[in-house]
Amino acid sequence: MMNQPVNPADIHKAIVEQQKIQDRKKLMVNGVLLLLLLAAPFVMYPVFLMKILCFALFAVAFNLLFGFTGLLSFGHAAFLATGGYTTGYLLSNFSGLTTEMGIIAGTAMATLLGLAFALLSIRRQGIYFAMVTLALAQLVFFFFVQSEFTGGEDGMHGIPRGELFGLINLEDNLNMYYFVLVVFITCYLLVQRIVGSPYGQILKAIKQNEPRAVSLGYNVDRYKILAFVISAALAGLAGSMKSVVFQLASLNDAHWHMSGEVILMTLVGGMGTLLGPVVGATFVVNIEYLLSQGPLRDWVDPILGGTFVLTVLAFRSGIVGEIQKFIKKNLG
Amino acid sequence: MSMVFGVPLAVLSGQLVIGIINGAFYALLSLGLAVIFGLLKIINFAHGAMYMLGALVTVVLFDLLSVNYWVALFVAPVLVGAFGLLIEYFLLRRIAGQDHIYSLLLTFGAALIIQGVLTNIYGVSGLRYSMPDMFKGGINLGFMFLPYYRAWVIVVALLVCFGTWFIIEKTKLGSYLRAGTEDSQLMQGFGINVPLLVSLTYGFGVMLAAFAGVLAAPIYSITPVMGSNILIVVFAVVVIGGMGSIGGAIITGILMGVIEGLTKTFYPPASSAVIFLVMVVVLMIRPTGLFGKEA
Repeated sequence: MMNQPVNPADIHKAIVEQQKIQDRKKLMVNGVLLLLLLAAPFVMYPVFLMKILCFALFAVAFNLLFGFTGLLSFGHAAFLATGGYTTGYLLSNFSGLTTEMGIIAGTAMATLLGLAFALLSIRRQGIYFAMVTLALAQLVFFFFVQSEFTGGEDGMHGIPRGELFGLINLEDNLNMYYFVLVVFITCYLLVQRIVGSPYGQILKAIKQNEPRAVSLGYNVDRYKILAFVISAALAGLAGSMKSVVFQLASLNDAHWHMSGEVILMTLVGGMGTLLGPVVGATFVVNIEYLLSQGPLRDWVDPILGGTFVLTVLAFRSGIVGEIQKFIKKNLG
Repeated sequence: MSMVFGVPLAVLSGQLVIGIINGAFYALLSLGLAVIFGLLKIINFAHGAMYMLGALVTVVLFDLLSVNYWVALFVAPVLVGAFGLLIEYFLLRRIAGQDHIYSLLLTFGAALIIQGVLTNIYGVSGLRYSMPDMFKGGINLGFMFLPYYRAWVIVVALLVCFGTWFIIEKTKLGSYLRAGTEDSQLMQGFGINVPLLVSLTYGFGVMLAAFAGVLAAPIYSITPVMGSNILIVVFAVVVIGGMGSIGGAIITGILMGVIEGLTKTFYPPASSAVIFLVMVVVLMIRPTGLFGKEA
């Protein structure tokens, strides 16, 4: 066998063949997931599902930066809150606005803030990057605490859900759910597309070895800034949606605690995988809900902290990452 | 009454003293962070929790065993430092070879656990610790009234900062530490027990934080969350100063405290944000930080 000449065309054919099989598998998995998501609100409480979807979008956004570019932002709560407050303020005070206009405006504000964060924090690397983003987010937090329009400690209540395009009544939970679902899937596919694109490959190269990417002639900072801005925009979109779903925006969303939570979601689910943050968000939101119902309701923080420690020590690849490893080892 | 820019001199100098005290705390905490960062290359997110533990242990020792302030000043940092050693040995050491981001997340998780458990035990309303009798009262300097305890905090914090600088820059042990910062593998090759040095360094950094906690106990409200708020400010201070030099960490800490105090006098609404704004300006003008060496 060793000495037999191998036709390169055959190898190419085999690779293409394998790729096709994998693509088909992926398509099937995604199809099943889509059906489950479509049917879910008939089995479970739609508002709870929407909460999961909003946090999943938040984590997917965060993962684009952390998992695929290798930049640990400790300030993503700022974008979630900016999206939420902006949308909430506009929808509450300008009744002429349709819901999607409020959401677009919230996303735009978060995008601008993301650009400002990126331009500043990109000047430092590694651990400093995390500290700079944390400090900037704290600045945003103080701004929201002292501003009148946010309602300070009380938060912003009674944000009207309104009508989508002035046509679809979002007060109805099912309508709201499918709207959130469409936005979520669109964003998920967008991130999938980004990660798979040549641009995404450059991000991965930066993550693996930044000096090498520089020496290959890439203007690394520009790629990093763009990744940061996209991530901030999607995080802001998640915040905007969340404020419409719950008709509420509060300081909780801006607190550093929230920045920590999205890191946990991504890490537990599996950073650097597409599905990981979704699984992680589902996991964390459910754990928090279950704990809040039981005798351990005061122990949510220590338990989340313990999950953090355990994940870092024992399974750094996260749930999805470990499953992928297992499949590769035993079935691949 | 003499006035400075429309503010009574007594008020201004009072705020300045408070600023220097806050600055002393920033200096102690960022010093500990810098010492740990130097050798372990990690940012200790549990640093705020250790500061809080220092204060809390002081109160608990007093309530249960009526241990007085002077004893607590030594015992509390030792106890908390020993706790730090446990964290280093059982948690941080296990992921020593991994990306530094993981150790950052690990200490963040540890801080959440410590803070959460203690919140359940002691609540968030805050404990009080009465000041030792000898520190009650103060001295009239003519232009202002200086409480004894504040003077004490400034003096002792500066002494500890200077002592740490001296140990690291001028002693044999310090030379090991600096060598380890440069290249710990090479040092291991010279027969120095690097893992032990790492443990001791982490323990020492934690002790500095706990010591600051004891100093804070009589003047601040002691709550399980007192550490996390100050830690974020200290992070900004560290970004401003850079962690390259010990002296730089001390100077930046005190300077930021003073700037905060001045802002409180002249424009109070911005006082909680001013250090972060300074950080933004420094990042724009001098991205490596005032005393930074690294990129």
